[in-house]
Amino acid sequence: MADVKKIATRDSYGKALAELGAEHEDIVVLDADLAGATKTATFQKAFPDRHFDCGIAEADMICVAAGLSTVGYVPFASSFAMFAAGRAFEQVRNSVGYPHLNVKIGATHGGISVGEDGASHQCCEDFALMRSIPGMVVMSPADDVEAKAMVKAAYEHEGPVYMRFGRAAVPVFHEEGMKFEIGKGEILRDGTDVAVIANGLMVYEAIVAAEELAAEGISAMVINMATIKPLDEELVLAAAKKCGRVITCEEHSVIGGLGEAVCSLLSEKLPTPVKRIGVNDEFGHSGPAAALLKQFGLSAEHITETALEFCKA
Amino acid sequence: MTADEKLVLQKMACKVRMGIIEGTHGAKAGHPGGSLSAADVFTYLYFKEMNIDPQNPKWEDRDRFVLSKGHTAPGLYAALANRGFFPVEDLPTLRHIDSYLQGHPNMNTVPGVDMSTGSLGQGISCACGMALGLKHQGKSARVYTLLGDGEIQEGQVWEACMFAAHYKLDNLCVIVDNNGLQIDGPVAKVMSPYPIDEKLRAFGFHVENIDGNDFDQIETAMNIARATKGQPTAIVMKTVKGKGVSYMENQVGWHGKAPNDAEYEQAMTELKAQLAELEGK
Repeated sequence: MADVKKIATRDSYGKALAELGAEHEDIVVLDADLAGATKTATFQKAFPDRHFDCGIAEADMICVAAGLSTVGYVPFASSFAMFAAGRAFEQVRNSVGYPHLNVKIGATHGGISVGEDGASHQCCEDFALMRSIPGMVVMSPADDVEAKAMVKAAYEHEGPVYMRFGRAAVPVFHEEGMKFEIGKGEILRDGTDVAVIANGLMVYEAIVAAEELAAEGISAMVINMATIKPLDEELVLAAAKKCGRVITCEEHSVIGGLGEAVCSLLSEKLPTPVKRIGVNDEFGHSGPAAALLKQFGLSAEHITETALEFCKA
Repeated sequence: MTADEKLVLQKMACKVRMGIIEGTHGAKAGHPGGSLSAADVFTYLYFKEMNIDPQNPKWEDRDRFVLSKGHTAPGLYAALANRGFFPVEDLPTLRHIDSYLQGHPNMNTVPGVDMSTGSLGQGISCACGMALGLKHQGKSARVYTLLGDGEIQEGQVWEACMFAAHYKLDNLCVIVDNNGLQIDGPVAKVMSPYPIDEKLRAFGFHVENIDGNDFDQIETAMNIARATKGQPTAIVMKTVKGKGVSYMENQVGWHGKAPNDAEYEQAMTELKAQLAELEGK
């Protein structure tokens, strides 16, 4: 495991945009003075006449994207998750979501792995905000390969999409050429004692935890739930039925994200004990990403501990 | 324009005003004041200025209009209906449950509406996106957007103004309806946006100040806007809120209130008299 290749999904986003841009002339990319950080600069370099910097004005950028979509473009609007989903929430809701326009929001720097910038930039609320908008697709990839496939799927999907990418480099475990389908979870490992449903950088942690759990005699199913909305209900129900216990893992507040989406579904259709791993109801703070993830319990170790206790009970 | 052309527009503006009264009376709610102040510019845009086709509302090469001050939907709907986008008889269903005439413009239900609006400050940014896209495609289509003078208190408006000038959107025409009143009172007292023209000029616009209830002045400004290259144009139009209905004129209380049955009768009587007078000319 130590030799596994690591890539930040924001890099994958920039690369995927540049690749797609060569195939599709209707793709335009907007940024809010963060092209270097969101990696839309990769697209900008290849297609300078289709990249528009909006300056530090995220509210305007989202509505400009809405306007561009009405004249036939497929705009990808980018900023940090905090500003794309947070600051511009109402623009996304009213000018993109309500008219159901074909706008793609590529938000980078999601979660606490933003690291040293601290709480002001560590957005752990974006899934909750974006999930609440009718018709919005909300996704977060686990690695480089999935991120690139997701961007392509987002382009092909007609309607608003929110994608969250990360700042920190994360292990690449998918095979190149993977098939990605919006709204479909992926079983990475079968199991019978507990179903671990994760997204983003927590997926790899879940894979590692499952191996540790196997050594302890616990059979853990691992599901990559890259699409938070629409949720793959069939898969969640099947996993809950088979394992009888569910653990959700996300680099997001335990309020309003994948954990709550899974709990809402199960409480109505198949009441099952659930443990939610995520950022508890608190703000992050400055520090190296790896140290923060460990401190906030977003680690394979914490998943293992939680599962062991859960399966004992 | 010729005297005959002007007379035709004046008569149509009268019908648009009647449509506003029909709509808000039928809805028992809505915003007649700012719809009436802008009735002349709605009329000019839809009956003279814009290149549009009511039979093909989604025509790719059409000019676009974004009602950034979305609450004055009754005015936009009255212009669209009279222009043939949908039946005038439907106007009184405004805001009714299951009516396609939503309280604020909905591009997916109302034929001829180019952008869903209602949350102030957003429409102008959407119009910038349209103008940028049309320019990028090499199309000659133009984009018009109408803002309230209270609306320009929204910070996003100025983000959009920076954007419009930065990208030299000379196919964009921003119209500010300076009727001087917003919900809580005179704009100058609530949160003064003045001087509007100097601000817009400083942001990089070519600015025309006009009387927005005068068709000659509207036409002159629109022609200048079309001829202005390399920068967007803003038309700051002084108007009378509630224009055309005596008891609504310059009354802040008629910003967001519907006429009752007696008030409806009086308004329609006044507007019919104005129309009859124009038809006698």
